[in-house]
Amino acid sequence: MSPLELNADAAFARVDLLNLASMVEPGSRVLDVGCGDGSLLRLLAEKRSVDARGIELSQSGVNLCVAKGLSVIQGDADTDLVYYPDGSFDYVILSQTLQAMRQPRVVLEHMLRIGRRAIVAFPNFGHWKIRLQLLATGRMPVTKNLAYTWYETPNIHFCTINDFIALVDDMGAVIEQASALDRFGRPVEMSLPRAMWNLFGEQAVFVLSGK
Amino acid sequence: MTRHHAADPNKRNEAIEPSSLVAHFGADEPLALESGESLGPWSIAYQAYGALNADKSNAILLCHALTGDQHVANINPVTGKSGWWETMVGPGKPFDTDRFFIICANVLGSCLGTTGPASLDPKTGKPYALHFPVVTIRDMVNAQAKLVDRLGIDTLFCVAGGSMGGMQVLEWAASHAGRVFSAMPIATAAKHTAQNIAFHEVGRQAVMADPDWHSGRYLEEGTRPEKGLAVARMAAHITYLSEQALHRKFGRNLQERAAPTFSFDADFEVESYLRYQGRSFVERFDANSYLFLTRAMDYFDLAKEHDGVLARAFKGSKTRFCIVSFTSDWLFPTSDSRAIVHALNAAGASVSFVEIETDKGHDAFLLDVPELFETTRGFIDSAARARGLAVPVRRADG
Repeated sequence: MSPLELNADAAFARVDLLNLASMVEPGSRVLDVGCGDGSLLRLLAEKRSVDARGIELSQSGVNLCVAKGLSVIQGDADTDLVYYPDGSFDYVILSQTLQAMRQPRVVLEHMLRIGRRAIVAFPNFGHWKIRLQLLATGRMPVTKNLAYTWYETPNIHFCTINDFIALVDDMGAVIEQASALDRFGRPVEMSLPRAMWNLFGEQAVFVLSGK
Repeated sequence: MTRHHAADPNKRNEAIEPSSLVAHFGADEPLALESGESLGPWSIAYQAYGALNADKSNAILLCHALTGDQHVANINPVTGKSGWWETMVGPGKPFDTDRFFIICANVLGSCLGTTGPASLDPKTGKPYALHFPVVTIRDMVNAQAKLVDRLGIDTLFCVAGGSMGGMQVLEWAASHAGRVFSAMPIATAAKHTAQNIAFHEVGRQAVMADPDWHSGRYLEEGTRPEKGLAVARMAAHITYLSEQALHRKFGRNLQERAAPTFSFDADFEVESYLRYQGRSFVERFDANSYLFLTRAMDYFDLAKEHDGVLARAFKGSKTRFCIVSFTSDWLFPTSDSRAIVHALNAAGASVSFVEIETDKGHDAFLLDVPELFETTRGFIDSAARARGLAVPVRRADG
């Protein structure tokens, strides 16, 4: 199971992946960190002719991927990215996994070192529903998309869109592209000013590059 | 077991007259060995299954393990049992003989028809015994490459094998990179560990301590170091299993008796099983071959051949790799496979890595492990697509 439990209808879940895939130049080299059952890798290989590789922590996920013919290794993003050489990929993707990393900043730094660009998709803890829940109930928010209770969640490093932007600034990385998404992975109203994304985006996708 | 006799005279001598195809190389085509010595004339015995396609792009080379042989998917002429990888090789199986031309050659130094210590030394007309040169994994691979040349095959679609076979796969990928389209090293390591060398040394000392070994000249003496070789096999066999598997199979069960006999009989099922393993091994394997092949594994250290950096062995490799390990394998543990994966990542190679959960230990690669079949099918199919070979439509492929 992916750290972010997507309860959304499968057809809508695909929108999320299609959106990510559209950010990748055809024919490029891609590493998907935390690739799950390989859905994104498969989409990238089939629709964008990408040389797609993956790392996945769960045994079942890896076995499923390899049985599908995908180039995936069993490994831990927190410890195994160190083995990849500088600039060996065009894109390194981290989809719905950042919040489960023990050291999110170190992982992001490795992604920018290994890839020319890093694509990061994560749930926004600054969304109004989450803020309201904490305010109203005084308890850790549990939503349809973030369905774990605090004591069993693999999501140990939640952040808001503004937190993420602050980290990127601190790392000296460049935001090349950014969008806020609703819970089905569709971009939120374009007319909405960027300052409002932190309130209305359930997820966000950033394309980053190094200095 | 106090028999002192040579091999059954009615039985075919597979070392000299193998029930296999054989490629002969004359004294004018000697094999240059890593030790600096030169071996010639020499022969390599092999089995082939399926058909080579017109552009010779569908050949798979399977590499056998320490005490394996070329009889992958046919009745073994020595034991009368099924081939050692019939679970994996055959029509419609992961290594599909309907689609691929599959070759397996007896390794250099073994005793099923490829030149080894039981072969006759042309200088003396007697078995080489310890006059056979010490061969390495690289020498075995170079001998296979000569066979592949002889068959007119430039690039192998896949090279696959487990354990010592996996070492050969790694050596192929490192020293003949351009000739290997895909590689599948299973339950193996890029170097033999101190613990594994130690186990091998126990085995060799057991063979050499048997008076019937006669300093390696037992074939001329008409004896066989059966006890020594059986003990070597018993010790080695424990390392191929796991504590869980031994417990599941035997526990502390007694062998056909209600109570211990207060003797050194095989009271426990596990003792009886090991004795059987030792006995049946000596009937099919040459003791000197066992010494030479264990030595070849001990000497294997792929990084050492590349300035101590394993990643350099795979630099610029275009080969597609699939590494497989098993959770309960303590002889070639997952950490050994992971070291290979890290080196391949560092070299920017295309690599898949699957650790399969099983309690069957090192021998899992030879057994009925469905996840190994699925992994192999997925990997071979995707490599076949990339190679432009036909891939059957699979129901589960969705």
